[in-house]
Amino acid sequence: MMQNKEKFLNNIASNLGRERRTNGVERPKYSKQPQWDVLADASTDDLVEVLKKQCLKIHTDVKETTLEELPEVLDEVLAMYEAEKASVWDDDRFERFGLSSFIARPGVSIWGESPADEDIRISEQADVGITFADYTLAESGTVVLLNGGGKGQSVSLLPTYYIGLIPLSTIVPRMTQVTTKIHEMAQAGERVPSCINFISGPSNSADIELNLVVGVHGPVRACYILIDDR
Amino acid sequence: MSIKIGAESFDERVQEGLSDTHMRETVRGAQERLHTNKAKAEEELGDWEDWRTLSEEIRAHTLENLDYYLEQLAENVVKNGGHVYFAETPEEANAYVQKVAADKEAKKVIKSKSMVTEEVGMNEALESQGCEVIESDLGEYILQIDDHDPPSHIVAPALHKNKEQIRETFAERKGYENSADPNELTQFAREQLREEFLEADIGVTGVNFAVAESGSMSLVTNEGNARLATTIPNTQISVMGMERVVPTWEELDVMVNMLCRSAVGQRLTSYITGLTGPREAEDLDGPEEFHLVIVDNGRSNILGTAFQSALHCIRCAACINVCPVYRHVGGHSYGSIYPGPIGAVLTPLLEGYDDHKDLPYASSLCAACTDACPVKIPLHGHLIEHRKIIAEEEKKTSIGETYAMKGFGLAASSPGLFHMATKTAPFMLAPFTKDGAINGGPGPMSGWTEIRSMPSPAKERFRDWFQARKKGDS
Repeated sequence: MMQNKEKFLNNIASNLGRERRTNGVERPKYSKQPQWDVLADASTDDLVEVLKKQCLKIHTDVKETTLEELPEVLDEVLAMYEAEKASVWDDDRFERFGLSSFIARPGVSIWGESPADEDIRISEQADVGITFADYTLAESGTVVLLNGGGKGQSVSLLPTYYIGLIPLSTIVPRMTQVTTKIHEMAQAGERVPSCINFISGPSNSADIELNLVVGVHGPVRACYILIDDR
Repeated sequence: MSIKIGAESFDERVQEGLSDTHMRETVRGAQERLHTNKAKAEEELGDWEDWRTLSEEIRAHTLENLDYYLEQLAENVVKNGGHVYFAETPEEANAYVQKVAADKEAKKVIKSKSMVTEEVGMNEALESQGCEVIESDLGEYILQIDDHDPPSHIVAPALHKNKEQIRETFAERKGYENSADPNELTQFAREQLREEFLEADIGVTGVNFAVAESGSMSLVTNEGNARLATTIPNTQISVMGMERVVPTWEELDVMVNMLCRSAVGQRLTSYITGLTGPREAEDLDGPEEFHLVIVDNGRSNILGTAFQSALHCIRCAACINVCPVYRHVGGHSYGSIYPGPIGAVLTPLLEGYDDHKDLPYASSLCAACTDACPVKIPLHGHLIEHRKIIAEEEKKTSIGETYAMKGFGLAASSPGLFHMATKTAPFMLAPFTKDGAINGGPGPMSGWTEIRSMPSPAKERFRDWFQARKKGDS
């Protein structure tokens, strides 16, 4: 439902000194577009280095592994966080990346598989939330999560710790490459996922005398596991 | 709350700010840190001026076509299953939100930080019908439990408080028993607020940028409170100032980049969230119902005037973080929820000159604000425009003795402040200048001297002068 639109927009047009514009507005060709120059010529290896360096700044742990050793490395991280209960996405990449036996463990809850309405509570009580990255931004150390369905947004938010599984094939230079894809999706008339998260490390605040405190409303620590899937 | 905060006069507020040593120390440290971080974030990009040019072009194009983009935004929100309400006044905005809350029989509303809801006084409106409203941004939470102390900075609202004061507030109001260590204080707030989130019926958020092409809301936070407010409650209400729109996700990329770097010197904050409509059929979290309230509240009067670019503001507070006057008097002295240079420009535009005619003089016109602005708003130019208008009005309405008295009042109060700020600007700006951020200096003051003569330089310090002047008044 939409209310009060005509009067409101007519007033804007009249203050701008013209008739209402309801179509025919084109975005200008902007005179500068520096966003495309950032890390433009970087290889995947270069981007990984940028990402790792940035993770130091955003208080995010990083592990590097191969497909074969992923289950072992994941266990190491879980041990580091002393995590027993995990909340994970319902995402077939867990199987494809050799984590079938991990998600079958009793302490692991798969989003959407609990009795009605319990998913949020279960996720809230989990020690760690684990998701794959749909895209990864090297510049800012960011995992991009296209939430929806089995990919609940709570999983990366409510548990005490967060682990982002990052296949190297998901790495792009910066936010620009991802927003352009979403733009293309919108232009093609597709519905954009109801929740897209760009997550760069654990939650934090500097509201008390500008002292950085890590761990406010979201996870108190975060770890990225970089998986060489090339 | 409304835009205006407190009933004291400008002089009284400034006096209070100047004598608050805790606040002044905290603000000085904060300004230095925020400014240094921003300078680093600019430098690493290497082509900051190009980014600023692009950002200015984006904002100018959007505002020139605001009716078009708002219509597109609203249509897409409705297409996604959301509701849109266009509110011209605070009363309309509040009445709509009250109605949604009543329909939902809401008892508890959790809010993430939103300046526009402060502006229209939404908390009070909801509380008046029996809703409990809880602020979840750490800074706003601190202010709320401290008897609704007003915010003093648009990014770090509790900047004027030190950790010891916060410890006392937590102890008195919430039975907190631990130390003034920010980690312990924050952990306490986390525990207190987590339960509130789980119980809330409605989540209210602001909007950093709404994306017209897809009807999406973007929220930029470090704490994750905006994510909680939009993940758990069944109903989400987002409230935006009408200028807070971008055409597409491509422009969103640029504006978010500029906001994060300019506000806190981060490449991106911990959470950038893009929300499009209510949850879809197969989703198990996120709101079932989504309402967008688009607020005018005086903004449309700025369109088509010399001040239009003030609406380009992305609320990063970079201008506040370099302002030598803010550094000395603090946020509360402005008497507005929007302090600092952008507040001095915007507040009289939104609320008129009657209560705020001193604000355009709370500036040294050193132009550090204009240089800092990521979307190139000519802030000090706007302040000069305000002064011209105020001077013209004074001329028109005051003749003879009335004129002399009024003229004296105006010249003695505000331009005095301006004069002192001008005098002290060079050395107050020294710590900034070494980072190469200030290129302007007193050049822009020529705009002032066109309309009246510059007061001759004085040797006394700002505070000495202010004290002496107070004595002289009484």
